[in-house]
Amino acid sequence: MNRLAVELPGLSLKNPIMPASGCFGFGREYARFYDLSVLGAIMIKATTKEPRFGNPTPRVAETPGGMLNAIGLQNPGLDKVLTEELPWLEQFDVPIIANIAGSTMEEYVEVAAAISKAPNVHALELNISCPNVKKGGITFGTVPEVAAELTRLVKEVSAVPVYVKLSPNVTDIVAMAKAIEQAGADGLTMINTLVGMRIDVKTGRPILANGTGGLSGPAVKPIAIRMIYEVSQAVSIPIIGMGGVQTAEDVLEFFYAGASAVAVGTANFVDPFVCPTIINELPALLDELGIDRISECTGRSWKTGAHAVHCRP
Amino acid sequence: MIGREQMTVASQRLIAERTYELTLAGRLVQEMKQPGQFVHVKVAASADPLLRRPLSLCQIDHKQGQCTIIYRQEGKGTALLAQKQPGDTVDVLGPLGNGFPLEAAPAGGRALLVGGGIGVPPLYELAKQLANRGVNVVSVLGFQTKAAVFYEEKFAAFGETYIATDDGSHGAAGRVTDVIEARALEFDVLYACGPKPMLKALDERFRGRPVYLSLEERMGCGVGACFACVCHVPGSETAYKKVCSDGPVFRAGEVVL
Repeated sequence: MNRLAVELPGLSLKNPIMPASGCFGFGREYARFYDLSVLGAIMIKATTKEPRFGNPTPRVAETPGGMLNAIGLQNPGLDKVLTEELPWLEQFDVPIIANIAGSTMEEYVEVAAAISKAPNVHALELNISCPNVKKGGITFGTVPEVAAELTRLVKEVSAVPVYVKLSPNVTDIVAMAKAIEQAGADGLTMINTLVGMRIDVKTGRPILANGTGGLSGPAVKPIAIRMIYEVSQAVSIPIIGMGGVQTAEDVLEFFYAGASAVAVGTANFVDPFVCPTIINELPALLDELGIDRISECTGRSWKTGAHAVHCRP
Repeated sequence: MIGREQMTVASQRLIAERTYELTLAGRLVQEMKQPGQFVHVKVAASADPLLRRPLSLCQIDHKQGQCTIIYRQEGKGTALLAQKQPGDTVDVLGPLGNGFPLEAAPAGGRALLVGGGIGVPPLYELAKQLANRGVNVVSVLGFQTKAAVFYEEKFAAFGETYIATDDGSHGAAGRVTDVIEARALEFDVLYACGPKPMLKALDERFRGRPVYLSLEERMGCGVGACFACVCHVPGSETAYKKVCSDGPVFRAGEVVL
């Protein structure tokens, strides 16, 4: 019995740990550190139809327990991802979740139709929550009707299950999740970064060239946990959780909140070996807590009625 | 091979105003080869500060199994690093990036090394390795003021060394480019590391010559995955180079400064 195995739409994962999109490129850099086949899956960098350079530098700034980024969806474009990046990733025994983005609904649809047919792409992650681009990204992820319409259109053309990545920068994330579920999404991934800002006290100017950026890292973990706790009780599609995951304990906390798998983002930058380290540490943690299979843990915090609490705004 | 190691602090001393020389010991030193490469240092085990700090290698000593880093205390990260005592450990990832191409300098030829402030340290290992290859080394080092000057004698051991300070409190008053001009310094190859305006001035003045510039940029991962430190390539809207993994050293004109 593989205690770490989890089953999700389109994804039979040997373990529930995967690097989050935008934090792992297309895997090439981290393949120098370890065999990528140890990972449960890889969420590759957001792909748009045309190559994108992204925002001016500086693109990162730090804050206690977190980091702000304003990369701006830099990527080599659909053609290169299809002809160079995905074929290169085929040498590893690891399913790929392709994160897709666009400036228009038509662009999302075009990228989804093409990339979902790649042999090692097992699922799509619809990026409607990037806070760092003027067109597309978060503009599709803050109005439930718009997000639902885009989900429907992408579902129509996709050859693989579609997960939608939710933005925490909304008033009612449960309403958003429900609208996307109704539109036919196979799963949710959450959360993307929170819009934040830092100002240089010497110059009085924003540190990021873009002004604002997306906050990630341990600082956002409690927000991710709360949102997953709320959303997982309101929908019946699975959630891949993310936001500040650094340790095996963090992974279990996300499961308890309602996640069925977990992505690791910023922590890869701090420690390139963080994903395999977590995968290696999970069995001992399960032993310590008397858990047979990690998949039993999903939603434990609210499934046992005695522990369930009501989240209030 | 890039590795990650808890390296041991062998020594740490203040060598100029807010400027520290930190010597680290560990097996990772054997992987360090090229002057101009850097290490990515986690200064605290806690999440504040969260990210690593890119710091250039100033000296590599394979025999002793030690490397030296010189850094200026600027913010929280470097302030924490400055508190490290001999025997403490530091989480180091490296060596990272591509350094200065030694082979660009012909034996018997003349290499001009131009450094500005905290861009001076990587030039020291470069001077050492060039001198070992029989290259004549001339160094021009710029600092803000006399109190910030370090390693003047150490560079002088490898060849002519000129100092410029912004306020004229030590060496020549003015910029490194003024010294190059005033002394009519000739070279077969020029290597530089320092603030962007200095690199820009060198790039413009010596366009078309063999000039190699080491860039600095805010980094996330340090290994090429996060796209935080990209710069444009001339003549293209979408082509780019990453400072951390394609650089930090580029030939002048290779990237847009």
